[in-house]
Amino acid sequence: MVRLSIENLSVVLGGRAVLEGIDARIEPGAIIGVIGPNGAGKSTLARAITGLIPPAAGRVRLDGAEVGALSRAALARRVAYLPQGQTVHWPLSVERLVALGRLPHLGPFSDIRGSDRAAIERAMERAEILALRDRVVTELSGGERARVLIARALAVEASGLIVDEPLAALDPGHQLQMMELLKAEAAAGVMVIAVLHDLAMAARFCERLLLIHQGRLVADGAPAEVLTPRYLEHCYEIRAWTGMIEGQPAVLPLARSSPPGAAKLR
Amino acid sequence: MTISPSYRRPLLIAGLALAAVLLAVGSLLTGPTRFGSHEIIGAFTGAGDPVLRAVLLELRLPRALLALVVGAMLGLGGAVLQGYLRNPLAEPSVLGASNAAALGAVIALYFGISQLHPLSLPLLAIAGAMAGLTPLMLLAGRAESPLSLILAGIAIGTLAGAGISLALNLAPNPFAAMEIMSWLMGSLEDRSFAHFWLALPCITLGGALLLWNGRALDALTLGEEAAQTLGVDLRALRWRILAGIAIGVGGAVAVAGAIGFVGLIVPHLLRPLTDRAPSALLLPSALGGAALLSAADIAVRLIPTDAELHLGVLTALLGVPVFLYHLVRERRLW
Repeated sequence: MVRLSIENLSVVLGGRAVLEGIDARIEPGAIIGVIGPNGAGKSTLARAITGLIPPAAGRVRLDGAEVGALSRAALARRVAYLPQGQTVHWPLSVERLVALGRLPHLGPFSDIRGSDRAAIERAMERAEILALRDRVVTELSGGERARVLIARALAVEASGLIVDEPLAALDPGHQLQMMELLKAEAAAGVMVIAVLHDLAMAARFCERLLLIHQGRLVADGAPAEVLTPRYLEHCYEIRAWTGMIEGQPAVLPLARSSPPGAAKLR
Repeated sequence: MTISPSYRRPLLIAGLALAAVLLAVGSLLTGPTRFGSHEIIGAFTGAGDPVLRAVLLELRLPRALLALVVGAMLGLGGAVLQGYLRNPLAEPSVLGASNAAALGAVIALYFGISQLHPLSLPLLAIAGAMAGLTPLMLLAGRAESPLSLILAGIAIGTLAGAGISLALNLAPNPFAAMEIMSWLMGSLEDRSFAHFWLALPCITLGGALLLWNGRALDALTLGEEAAQTLGVDLRALRWRILAGIAIGVGGAVAVAGAIGFVGLIVPHLLRPLTDRAPSALLLPSALGGAALLSAADIAVRLIPTDAELHLGVLTALLGVPVFLYHLVRERRLW
């Protein structure tokens, strides 16, 4: 079981403080949602956790070891990452692309072994893309591509999974499928951190939400505690309906809290 | 007939290796002196006519071997750079290594250093490639993106090109200018084993540094961030590729002159025969480059012209139409 602790993390990019004093301890078992308006620093947090950007202050620890001190290969075996708007540069077959997830486990000249094949099969099965295995990735629909890319991340079989905007460009059916997939991973003991824009999905599937606004962690707790009218007004500048549907918290954005006309008056 | 994917790669590699070997044998047999099979066996076992033996072992054999190793280096360099830059139009010259090496050789010709010792020209060419690499390393050392590397490479290549033009412009006599021009067009004519033994360590070391990167190049299919989270150390990768190209291509240009298009076209032609992952293309491109350059070197000797055609001229003349045909036929090239 992997444990992540973010301690007083600050990140500076291009001279601008993008994250300031983030503190959180994350354990596996449930999806942790990272939410916040555009430009709040959500993706930066995901990238800092995966060691892609060094902290300006504070630290990120994985099971006590500082992320920046681990080698790239060692970190890659422990945390899988699916970036936002992932591009695929060569027209590989689906199976070949998912197999890229095994790279952290391979030496520069070693070939894929039986255990790697089994991991690739499991990943494709969980992402429900077994039927697509011989298709060319660059010719798939958006929904199919998203599932192939998440399967690539699953094939790493790391104890941590960080996904950035996995729902972008997916229809409601595929959004639910993706969230159910992440939930199953979390239930299997993987530490799942998902950067999400869709508040309804975040409310329904995450057990805990980290709300980030202007680089700071504003709220950290269960969806019902975080997705309150006050926080939504403060961070997203929206009015929203919040309540319970089928015993689960739900959110429905209604209107901007400062309509265009009002902005002019200020 | 469809071939099962698991057999496709061994078949491709075996086929290309066979083609390269056959073409190398063809290269041994091509030229004004004709050989029968017993004369060849005689030459290699130490029996037979000493003149024929000298022609075969001291003229033809180094030429055939050089075509193999130089072609392999150019093909491999192209495949690695296309994978690294994620650009199917990349070839060894984009990092300026070919031009810098050529400038080193031109300096040897211009100042008459090449007259002092036959190996002074290739040695200066390798020194030129290294000198071109140093600012590239310094410039690219800070950035993580290949884009800055391409731009720095273009700058160095252009500067070296300007140096070559300057040498042509100021050439003391027309013969010196002719000699420089003729060297720039690339050739394997009149090369000896001294050239081969000079190029071989450079190409072996450069090739090993490049072949190392197959897995990392595969990871780069997903972009730089995803590659890093798959365990790729981008900085180490860039150093290996830069050093491999400078040493390997420097060594190749040093003995054969500037030969274009092999590095561009070989990975292009072979990519559809692989699973299109960059790593799957490395070894086949090396073998394909060896075969292609051997074939071109046979062709320049067979085409009846007054002066022997230069290799660089032929590869460009043949390469461009093949490339365009390929581009039109299969619009999705990579």
